[in-house]
Amino acid sequence: MKVELNVNGATHVAEVEPRTSLLDCLRDNLLLTGAHAGCEHGVCGACTVLVDGTAVRSCLMFAVQADGYAVTTVEGLSPGPGELSVLQDAFCETHGMQCGYCTPAMILAAHALLSKNTQPTREEIVDAISGNICRCTGYAQIVEAVALAAERMRGQNLPPEQP
Amino acid sequence: MKPAPFEYSRPSSVDEACALLAADDGARLIAGGQTLVPLMAMRLARPTRLVDIARIPELAFVRDEGGRIAIGATTRQYVAEHDPLVRSKLPLLARVLPYVGHGATRARGTVGGSIANGDAAAEIVLVAATLGATLTWREGGNDFEMPASEFFLGPMVTALPLPACLTSVRFPVWPERRVGTGFHEVNARQSDFAFVSAAAQIALDTDGRCTRAAIGIGAAAAIPLRLDAVAEAMLGMPFEEAKVRASAMAALADIEFMADLHASADYRRRVALTLAVRAIADAFQDAARRV
Ligand code: FES
Ligand code: FES
Repeated sequence: MKVELNVNGATHVAEVEPRTSLLDCLRDNLLLTGAHAGCEHGVCGACTVLVDGTAVRSCLMFAVQADGYAVTTVEGLSPGPGELSVLQDAFCETHGMQCGYCTPAMILAAHALLSKNTQPTREEIVDAISGNICRCTGYAQIVEAVALAAERMRGQNLPPEQP
Repeated sequence: MKPAPFEYSRPSSVDEACALLAADDGARLIAGGQTLVPLMAMRLARPTRLVDIARIPELAFVRDEGGRIAIGATTRQYVAEHDPLVRSKLPLLARVLPYVGHGATRARGTVGGSIANGDAAAEIVLVAATLGATLTWREGGNDFEMPASEFFLGPMVTALPLPACLTSVRFPVWPERRVGTGFHEVNARQSDFAFVSAAAQIALDTDGRCTRAAIGIGAAAAIPLRLDAVAEAMLGMPFEEAKVRASAMAALADIEFMADLHASADYRRRVALTLAVRAIADAFQDAARRV
């Protein structure tokens, strides 16, 4: 089946089987490997992407279901070639990653939070990433990274980021 | 973890969806897919065709029908969670929705999907059973409705006929001024499947005495349980923990609890009792705060 996806602002047409997950479509058809395959049944959160600005699990959505929607992957977050977003920078600074397997998904989940809530409490940050498993960091630095990014984005005095 | 091949259709009306279901025994509806797709990935479900009803506009709504709130079957859990009508008129549903999966699954998962799957561990199923919601569906061009007490039949088995499409869930609204709710669940990790859950909604008169109560236990047995005897025993009374505990213990005595690797039947029975008492205590307290 033919699907038309708007991914990171560009329209892509892909030919997929109905059973192809959005995750596999992004990775195999569009060669966007930022969304990671962990469990492929909705448990780990490594495959998180934004669909119309909301964090969802791309392994629990078939590509055909996403037809016509706007999808954002981690590749779409950087402001320019070789640059990192405020949030990505914060992950580097606070050592919010080790192996990096969970990282793109963590960043997208946090991005979805910060685009709606510029002053998240610690509980809200924890809740926003609670569906994402990290086996390395122990989460403390990830929470720190999101809080740091939130603080910096407030300091910039900009309207909340639109995903 | 790849699902077996299937055909995919996206009908534009409920009747068209029903016709597709009727034409193929192996066809199943998909809306949010947050329960179905994991089952397909593990090949516990192998539908031959998925009929995607997520974009049928008439199925997504939250409506005040006076005395009850109707929620369209494909209304996303995330949308219901933030809906002002749900928040003001269905306090028990509003209370449990944040416990349904994670934010990322609530963004896709639907209220009707949870009901149609009929998992006794699901929070929305528990609230529907506890409050006595009414389920409506369409089949062969006709509309049907059924109370929750008859709808949930067994572990992930409901009375919904195969070629039918659930259309809405109607939750009764309690008009009393002092209504309070309580909810507790125990699970391995936050937002995982509950081993046991308990929900309570209680209305109080101006003197703090119970005028109406609904108590439900989820995940403990094959279907969500309503503890009507406990609710009746509280009528006309203020909260008395010892009495509530005694009547809940009696009500749970002859229930056959499920057992698995994580939680034995005995454990579930003990936890059900504790959580029921806590949920009722919370509901009393919550109601007492309202004037
Ligand atoms: S790969 Fe999607 S949740 Fe694990
Ligand atoms: S950094 Fe390794 S899983 Fe999170």
